[in-house]
Amino acid sequence: MTAVAQAPAPAPRRASRRVREMTGQAGWTVLGWAVGIAFFIPVLWMVITAFKPESAAETWPPQFAFSPTLSEFRLVFSGMGPFIEHSAIATVGSTILVLVLALPAAYALSIHPVAGWRDSLFFFISTKMLPVVAAIGPLYVIALKAHLLDNIWLLIILYAAMNLPLAIWMIRSFMLEVPGEMLEAARLDGAGRIREIVEVIMPVVSPGLVSTALICVIFAWNELFLALNLTVTNASTMPMFLISSVPQEGLYIAHLSAAATVASVPVIIVGWIAQRSLVRGLSMGAIK
Amino acid sequence: MAVLEDVTSPPAAGLRPRGASRREKWQRRLPLLPALVYTIVVTQVPFLVTLWYSFQSYFWNEPGGAHWTGVSNYKEVFTDPSFRSALVRSVTMTAIAVVVAMILGVLLALLLDKKFLGRGVVRTLIITPFLIMPAAASLIWSGPMLDPSFGLLNWLLEPFGVHHVAWLTTHAYGSVIVVMIWQWTPFMTLIILAGLQGQAADVLEAAKVDGANAWATFRELTLPHLRPYIELGILLGSIYLVTAFDQVKLMTNGGPGTSTTTLPFYLYQKVNFAFDIGGAAAAGVITVILTIIVASFALRMFARVFQFEEAR
Repeated sequence: MTAVAQAPAPAPRRASRRVREMTGQAGWTVLGWAVGIAFFIPVLWMVITAFKPESAAETWPPQFAFSPTLSEFRLVFSGMGPFIEHSAIATVGSTILVLVLALPAAYALSIHPVAGWRDSLFFFISTKMLPVVAAIGPLYVIALKAHLLDNIWLLIILYAAMNLPLAIWMIRSFMLEVPGEMLEAARLDGAGRIREIVEVIMPVVSPGLVSTALICVIFAWNELFLALNLTVTNASTMPMFLISSVPQEGLYIAHLSAAATVASVPVIIVGWIAQRSLVRGLSMGAIK
Repeated sequence: MAVLEDVTSPPAAGLRPRGASRREKWQRRLPLLPALVYTIVVTQVPFLVTLWYSFQSYFWNEPGGAHWTGVSNYKEVFTDPSFRSALVRSVTMTAIAVVVAMILGVLLALLLDKKFLGRGVVRTLIITPFLIMPAAASLIWSGPMLDPSFGLLNWLLEPFGVHHVAWLTTHAYGSVIVVMIWQWTPFMTLIILAGLQGQAADVLEAAKVDGANAWATFRELTLPHLRPYIELGILLGSIYLVTAFDQVKLMTNGGPGTSTTTLPFYLYQKVNFAFDIGGAAAAGVITVILTIIVASFALRMFARVFQFEEAR
């Protein structure tokens, strides 16, 4: 089996190795695709079902040949207006707030570090470990008394707090990549703090900021627990729209699939684009 | 090359605070303050209020508001068997989901580390379950996938002698866990893949030349190299999954009976259906105390993971 055992015959060995590599690659290709498709089946089935007429969605055996229709999508688009608007405001608003708070904080924890920077960093992750569900009752009362219940600002504030630790850790890890010599050179040039930030740090960090923002967008967009507990109509988001697309009676599977597809597609596309930075964000900058 | 970055190492020398004056110290601190104050106010104050309400009798559907009751909420929670079983269920569900997702994640990462045709596309297919909105995933699984009369899974399993199983009533616990695993395996895969791609190729080549078989190479070289990545994946997976709510709410609504009622769902019910703010607060405080105990271990693990490069 091993290369050592076949050492006396170098020429045929190389040939057989090539053959083995090629058949090996074919094997991995088949296995890889099989596993990939298996994982993707529920997503694929969701999209297929979304194009079915309602009567074709709940049949046995499941139908694969049907005349596709956009009628469920039309219905979804006509009903989701306020929900998608709330989701967009909560997602974009909280992400902007996160970046505004995280950028200077990350700077103070990397480029010109404060004395207790290590403790601050660990304080930020520790807040991710305290389950917000534990405080949901009091949170409800606080929101009620502050007249923030069913208000989009409440979601913006809470989603920003939810994503802030992630963003600080991630942006900090990008800032640590700014070469020390570049900072030193800028300082020798007589550059002040502002010029240092604009001319040296931002060009290095900005691609990282985009991926940080994308990850905040994913989490805010997908959030259900807080929205379900703290909003009713004026601030209810896309996950709530999905729930409302399940009626008490009647056929709804095609409609639900269309709604789920529409609700998921923005984040799926964002995630496909940000594939590489996804891990870095989720691991709080621990992995390059 | 992907390596676990040493994020807690001191930043570049020459930039560290050295005998900084008071004014300069505040100048350094200033940019940190908004985020710090914001986080303290938004994440810590609700917990202080929770502590306060845990000693109050407060039903928000009843007039009269809150009044002091001492530790009676705690007595009630401790004697409530459904709280204890929800707690245990949260822990076991999270543990099973995280461990299985990690094992699958390692296998998939090993697969994706091989060169094959269309590897990028396959990776994209595999990560999609992680991106799909959890509420959408839960509803798609409970309807089009798992429905007893028209679900795709029963159709796929029919050749194997499975006939119209009502998964969400007969195997509710397992079904919820399967969806959690389906959503979190891609995340584990990506973390482990980053680890694999950071492994030095020449070491593996040397092992091959020395005649080591694939399993020995994996056990002796790859697995120790992956250890911090595995720890990180388990840690982060647990943080997110222990508070998972969407699957339970939308697939089984905690049932049948209370067989899938996890802690988040228990608290949700107490607030929304029993209107019991005091009781929910007491349960919340106990949850937080338990979390702090677990988290202090987790934080130590974090510290170790992040100092990985230094430790070598």
